[in-house]
Amino acid sequence: MSGFAVILVHSTGHAVQAERVLKRAGLTVKLIPTPRHLSSDCGSAVRIATTDRDRGADVLSKAGIAIDRIEALDD
Amino acid sequence: MIYLDNAATSWPKPDIVHETMSRYMREIGASPGRSGHRLANEAERIRLDAREAIAELVGLSDPMRVIFTLNATEALNLVMQGLLQPGAHAITTGMEHNSVMRPLRALEQRGVSISVAPCSRDGTLDPQTIDEAIRPQTRLIVVNHASNVCGTVLPIREIGAVARRHDIPFLVDAAQTAGCWPIDINDDNIDLLAFTGHKGLLGPTGTGGLAINDDFNIDMLRPLVFGGTGSRSEHEHQPDFLPDKYESGTPNIVGLAGLVAGLRYVLDRGLERIRVHEQKLTRRLIDGLYAISGVCVFGTRDPHRQTAAVSFMIDGQSASRIAHDLDERFEIMCRPGLHCAPQAHRTLGTLPNGTVRFAPGLFTTEAEIDKAVAAVAQLAEGTIE
Ligand SMILES: Cc1ncc(COP(=O)(O)O)c(C=O)c1O
Repeated sequence: MSGFAVILVHSTGHAVQAERVLKRAGLTVKLIPTPRHLSSDCGSAVRIATTDRDRGADVLSKAGIAIDRIEALDD
Repeated sequence: MIYLDNAATSWPKPDIVHETMSRYMREIGASPGRSGHRLANEAERIRLDAREAIAELVGLSDPMRVIFTLNATEALNLVMQGLLQPGAHAITTGMEHNSVMRPLRALEQRGVSISVAPCSRDGTLDPQTIDEAIRPQTRLIVVNHASNVCGTVLPIREIGAVARRHDIPFLVDAAQTAGCWPIDINDDNIDLLAFTGHKGLLGPTGTGGLAINDDFNIDMLRPLVFGGTGSRSEHEHQPDFLPDKYESGTPNIVGLAGLVAGLRYVLDRGLERIRVHEQKLTRRLIDGLYAISGVCVFGTRDPHRQTAAVSFMIDGQSASRIAHDLDERFEIMCRPGLHCAPQAHRTLGTLPNGTVRFAPGLFTTEAEIDKAVAAVAQLAEGTIE
């Protein structure tokens, strides 16, 4: 385990929005290419520390950003 | 040179607008929503900046409910063509631009019925006339916020209240007001707000869009254009979520970069300050023109009830001749004729000859207004001789 989770949202546009909303909430996140084994989509997803995972999900749901799924990220 | 054609498109733009566009072209360049590399993400951030700025301007809480289009015309078409099925009825007003009238007339040929609520001679509208036009089949009420011919502002909040009461979607054409007149999508009871980026928002041409209020159910609104969005690429069906449902094809990011800069300029300066400046110019312009004998000024002639678009005529002269003389002899740029709005001119009683329109903007000075008034006075004297 890498200590990171990846948040998948509807589109790259939503990933950029999620990144912004999470950063505004003081969380450290990074946009990464959506891992191929998690989705056939070619866009971006948001990487977040596993310890921030629940808070991140909460921040996104309050901002009305739909989460497709959150998965642990392998090394 | 005096530019009084800001109701067509604002000019000049703040320097920051072209600087930002140039920076995007030199340093970013990429297409948003696709590819996922840093430049594509940077482009996506610009698009999000633009959505957030529009949302802030109109009081919308979710920036993803802002859709970008080529201009207000496309946004208006998206709603009218996407919402109105044969058998449906739509209500509009006697002050509309052809960007509303023509799509409605085209839909009429496909079995949609249209009612045009009459306005007074100065362009004002009693919201009661909208109420009276409602039928069981009414599926849309569409009105312009302010006339591009004479600036008259319509009572959108009251019309929106009528629409709410009957649960009919309410579409506002804010082409003339976004950036210079307050709009609150919630307080004004608006479901769908079409805006253009190149007028009061000080952005470049080729930008505009639609703000969709939270409660509006997008299931009833079919897209105008279908295609690639960068999302859900494995599916051959259009995504059903916002904003992708209505944003197919590579967007005008260089335009949106400029729009963000223009909008930020407007928001930083403050709408109220802009409005006070434009009201002062409008007052001066109306009073100056009204005092010239042989000149008729149309509309409310009240800067608190109209935007900075002032229509006038000189007795016995043609609008195009006046505008040509103003350009040739005085280097004053304005717009004569029917302003793409025969419906509004019918209401004002200025068909078929039209009017001459002076439309000052954010960067117009009082000295320029005085010169323009003096030029009209000279042209008016010419006829009396
Ligand atoms: C009242 C009104 N509605 C709609 C439009 C259409 O705007 P655009 O040409 O940007 O689509 C304009 C301006 O041209 C306008 O003045």
